[in-house]
Amino acid sequence: MYGIGLIKGLGVTLKHFIETYLDDIRWLGRRYYRDESLAERQGPHARGIFTVQYPEEKLPVPEEFRCIPFLVYEVGEDGERLYRCTSCGICSKVCPPQCIWIVRSNDPETGRPIPSPTEFFIDIDICMNCGLCAEYCPFDAIKMDHDYELASYDRLADHIYNKERLSKPVTYYESIRPMNFAFEEAARAEKEAAKEARRKAK
Amino acid sequence: MTLEEYTDRFTGMLNFDERKGYEGYIVHSERLVEFARTIRDELGYDYLSSVTGVDYLPDEQIEVVYHAYRSQGGPGLVFKVQVPRINPIVPSLVSIFPGADFQEREAWDLLGIRFEGHPNLRRILMWEGFHGHPLRKDWEEPYFEESEKPFNSRWPEGKAFRIEENKPFKKNVQYPPEFTPDGWIPEADTALYSGMVRLGAKDAGNGRSLETDQILVNLGPQHPSTHGVFRMVVSLDGEEIADLQPVLGYLHRNHEKIGERNTYLMNMPFTDRLDYLASMGNNFGYALAVEKLMGITPPERAEYIRVMMAELTRIVSHLFSIGTLLNDLGAFFTPMLYALTERELILDIFEAVSGSRMMCNYFRFGGVARDLPEGILEKVYELVTERLPRKVDELDTYLTDNEIVRTRSIGIGVLPREQAIEYSAAGPVLRASGVGYDVRRAESYSIYDRFDFDVAIRHNGDVYDRYLVRLEEIRQSLRILQQVVRDIPDGEFQTGKPQYQVRVPPGESYGRVENPKGELGFYIVSNGKPNPWRYHIRSPSFINLTAFGEMCKGHKIADVVAILGSIDIVLGEVDR
Amino acid sequence: MGDDLNGPEYQVPEELRSHITITTLDRIYNWGRRSSVWPMMFGLACCAIEMICVAASRYDFSRFGMEVMRPSPRQSDLMIVSGTVTKKMIPQIVRLYNQMPEPKYVLAMGACASGGGPFKEGYNVVSGVDKFIPVDVYVPGCPPTPQALLNGLIKLQEKIDTQSIRTVRWYKREASEPIPIPILGPDLIDPRDIPILDAKRASVVKPDVPENS
Repeated sequence: MYGIGLIKGLGVTLKHFIETYLDDIRWLGRRYYRDESLAERQGPHARGIFTVQYPEEKLPVPEEFRCIPFLVYEVGEDGERLYRCTSCGICSKVCPPQCIWIVRSNDPETGRPIPSPTEFFIDIDICMNCGLCAEYCPFDAIKMDHDYELASYDRLADHIYNKERLSKPVTYYESIRPMNFAFEEAARAEKEAAKEARRKAK
Repeated sequence: MTLEEYTDRFTGMLNFDERKGYEGYIVHSERLVEFARTIRDELGYDYLSSVTGVDYLPDEQIEVVYHAYRSQGGPGLVFKVQVPRINPIVPSLVSIFPGADFQEREAWDLLGIRFEGHPNLRRILMWEGFHGHPLRKDWEEPYFEESEKPFNSRWPEGKAFRIEENKPFKKNVQYPPEFTPDGWIPEADTALYSGMVRLGAKDAGNGRSLETDQILVNLGPQHPSTHGVFRMVVSLDGEEIADLQPVLGYLHRNHEKIGERNTYLMNMPFTDRLDYLASMGNNFGYALAVEKLMGITPPERAEYIRVMMAELTRIVSHLFSIGTLLNDLGAFFTPMLYALTERELILDIFEAVSGSRMMCNYFRFGGVARDLPEGILEKVYELVTERLPRKVDELDTYLTDNEIVRTRSIGIGVLPREQAIEYSAAGPVLRASGVGYDVRRAESYSIYDRFDFDVAIRHNGDVYDRYLVRLEEIRQSLRILQQVVRDIPDGEFQTGKPQYQVRVPPGESYGRVENPKGELGFYIVSNGKPNPWRYHIRSPSFINLTAFGEMCKGHKIADVVAILGSIDIVLGEVDR
Repeated sequence: MGDDLNGPEYQVPEELRSHITITTLDRIYNWGRRSSVWPMMFGLACCAIEMICVAASRYDFSRFGMEVMRPSPRQSDLMIVSGTVTKKMIPQIVRLYNQMPEPKYVLAMGACASGGGPFKEGYNVVSGVDKFIPVDVYVPGCPPTPQALLNGLIKLQEKIDTQSIRTVRWYKREASEPIPIPILGPDLIDPRDIPILDAKRASVVKPDVPENS
């Protein structure tokens, strides 16, 4: 019969409409602005309304999420920044759109390169967030950030990030990527132990 | 009869390509058309997959590479034509394989190869009047820095600057020295418009003929139903379409020029941006092409992860395609919203696995970038066994029997079987026309031969059948996914150590996969350096558009958007 | 009426807050405009897909009064430049911008629209839409996630809030000049550059003219 298909379609919409209210009643007042209800609403069992109430509630980003690289530094005993970066330049070589500039300087006394970047720039108007720099950095010194709320009014002033803007402490890195951090620390500890053992064997 | 016997018939005109790492035959340009006819009619290679121009600057030669296949499946045939680099002229194959039309125009546009006998040899991606042929190896763009990446100015003395700062006009432009702007007449579309067909006088029904006016309508490049920046010039006779010409290039982002400067690995994230609805499908094709050259295969677990991601990508892409098709049919946004909800759930998986929702950049040569995070397999299992089948059924219930959908799509935009093959249509467009050609079956790659699935096929070749093929493909993908989740082994996810500078021996390779939009091919020529010498993409959306004008003829103007929606183009891939 | 409408300098008794609001003309004017920013239905590339996701149910920018996406520039307030701007497309973009009625805003979404993005070196790519039309908000990312775009839209609303009815451009007596539409020559020609180009040609002394470098 003509019109059945249309009614079926409208029925689906009606079902979605009612489900939203059923879920509202089921969760009664706890449906929004809570982590557990957000997870429920956005998971594979989602029914009814599917909306994230940004900016009041934010969809959590997974650990691997990548948006604009940052430089990891460790805080020294006197509070100074110890950069993990040795300015080896692998990130700037592997960067597909070539948006990383690194300035390495030489020690005035010995003439040998200082294993730390003097300057570090990333043009975020070119960066394609591919994550290759973080993936191939042998010192775990450059990592992909989770902060995506970067909108600005002036790109000419703000959009070439310098070393200051890119630096973030290792504790921040630990907080956004706990699993990766633990894994890397374990690998580092293992390496250190092996080194130690070798030295003892000598 | 095998091809070897033909070398006698084409004495001296047909030779094996004996360069190391190369395959196929070199045909003399004088006998090219005859050769093409022979392989089509006598050997059954009726499907011309790809036409690629290659500029061999050191040898002062231009080569055109053709990849032909049999529409019943099986390995392909590669043949090439070599012509001198200055004023290269190659006979056109449009009369034998109409699917070569756009590809030859592209080769003319970007490499300056003149195809003799081509009915409409105009620029396709750039505009008429643009100076030079950009893919020539000695052509340099305004922002040219070095011919190979990485650029030296980045390290160890990298000075942060925007490249436009020391360019004239602070823009990405360069003009030929003799150029004066006041004498310049901007390229009008007169040549395009005058070439449009119009219908003759109509029979008014009372014995007299009715003169009708021809109307030219420009749809796009900014039009809500062109799926991006696509333009078509429609010649109308009343409401009926007399002729339709697609105008492309509004999103021509120079993938190939940039790709030839990039190292092999650098191209991986760029492939994401080809068909941006199916990024991991593109990764797959590119990884296969390079792996073929390198002679490596990924470990077992990586193969399963790859297939899993490719099939999830297919579902994502088809859901989006069905959603937009319904938009175009007039069901504005409601079916799209339901489709996008499911898409978002799959994107969550992509984000957790690869780090990005759309630009996944997850495949590496010889494996994948990282192992699956914990808990993802369970999530995928839940989706593919429980939620998605239910939701696809729901989609089916409220769309397939809908009267408006049926009336607007049945019998619209019919592409008969023979024409589909001739025009080198691919993917759901080809399979809806009754050709059961699926690269996953026809020339199985990766581990697709292990899975139990059917090639979705329909026979009417209209908009409705293309929709049904997509729906069925989602179901088949779910079937594959259920098997993947069941069988996925533990183990390594990458062969060897991950490295950013891969060694690729000299040679050529053509890697193709069945992407959601159709057969996606990557033709790569390596000369042993870290950067590919030639990097060409056979993009299914682009080539499917060749038949678009033919499909639309005789239909009403309102059907154009429906037909375009059913071809399911993605402009990132059409224009590259 | 939300609290954001009530001017902070006026004290309204608690019990009357839901009925009465005391505010300035600027504030109510901006409140009306920021709550009904209609974007143009205009997608360029990859970012457009994320823009569609923002319009769809998960991120749903109708919560900000933006759900009315207009296919026509004549009815829209906001142009979201979502994707790579190519030389072939920029004449159309400028034309669309000229056709939009004031007040109009431009949001450059993603790296490509802001500054050329990964394709910046390409011969057909415009390095930033702000080379031709003024941009109000830039959203970095490639592509920005839907939440990043929402963040950019909120930034735009904040910008609208700072404007004053007394100083805005569109109530000035003189009409604003349309932006000259670029021409597709042997390469892209910005009509504003033609005098420079002519002057250069007149004073050619060196054989290697910089245009070709």
